[in-house]
Amino acid sequence: MASHEDIFQKVQTTLVDALGVDEEQVTPGATLQGDLEAESIDFLDIVFRLERNFGITIPRGELFPENLTSDASMIADGKLTAKGLEEIRTRMPYADLTEFAKNPEVDRIGDLYTVDMLVRYVADKLASK
Amino acid sequence: MRWIWIDKFVEFRSGQFARSVKNLSLAEEHLHDHYPGFPVMPASLIIEGMAQTGGILVGEVKNFEDKVVLAKIPKAEFYGTACAGDQLIYDVTLVDHRAEGSVVECKAWLNGTDHLLADVEIVFAHLDNSRANQIFGPKNFVFTKQLLGVLNLARAQQASIESDAGKSET
Repeated sequence: MASHEDIFQKVQTTLVDALGVDEEQVTPGATLQGDLEAESIDFLDIVFRLERNFGITIPRGELFPENLTSDASMIADGKLTAKGLEEIRTRMPYADLTEFAKNPEVDRIGDLYTVDMLVRYVADKLASK
Repeated sequence: MRWIWIDKFVEFRSGQFARSVKNLSLAEEHLHDHYPGFPVMPASLIIEGMAQTGGILVGEVKNFEDKVVLAKIPKAEFYGTACAGDQLIYDVTLVDHRAEGSVVECKAWLNGTDHLLADVEIVFAHLDNSRANQIFGPKNFVFTKQLLGVLNLARAQQASIESDAGKSET
């Protein structure tokens, strides 16, 4: 079974190839969009590469959910409501919401996509294979 | 100008692989500008030829119902130049294909398959038809008659060859 470090290193390589960033930039806490400057199309590329590199299948929307805040009742004053936060918890179970939940601004949802989130997702996928 | 940057398919395996050729000629206007006195095929147009080959390979999987657009070029390495009089061969392999997108690996060969000219990876996005139709209309602007004509020509030639072979056997 792959160790956490093994998975991290492979995720790191995946992101270096997909985003053209330096290995040193891909730290556990780095955010995909903010720190590594990933754009929406990069998410598709990352999914393809993770599938190939780890031999896993990633169903559409499972790692990078679509239309997260399509329901108006999930947002109030630019922040997620309790219902919105619950929706994020359900659909992004691998994201660490500890800090985000203190100030759940909609604009900060992108910060939940971190390198660590990918590592947790892949580890879970590999464990359930 | 007709935006077709491949001349002919010489191999087509549905959902797997396509090989096309592009002959470079001084009859092409752009070679006189790129560069005057030194007619070099622009790398961007070589990538476009690969993308057209790959786009048709990808689109054919679902009978050209999806709008397949070039979304990203994660890798493009060139090892030389192609000039007027040269022939490029584009080998494109479908590596990944799913509802929302595809990945192809492409190689460009120069005058045969001994000299690798370029190694390119392309990601295509498949536009969601309901959304794409709102923006672009129902017409498939990617797979135009002109572009698909290249594949149709190859199929017609193959059928003709097979028909001739059948006649000569009887």
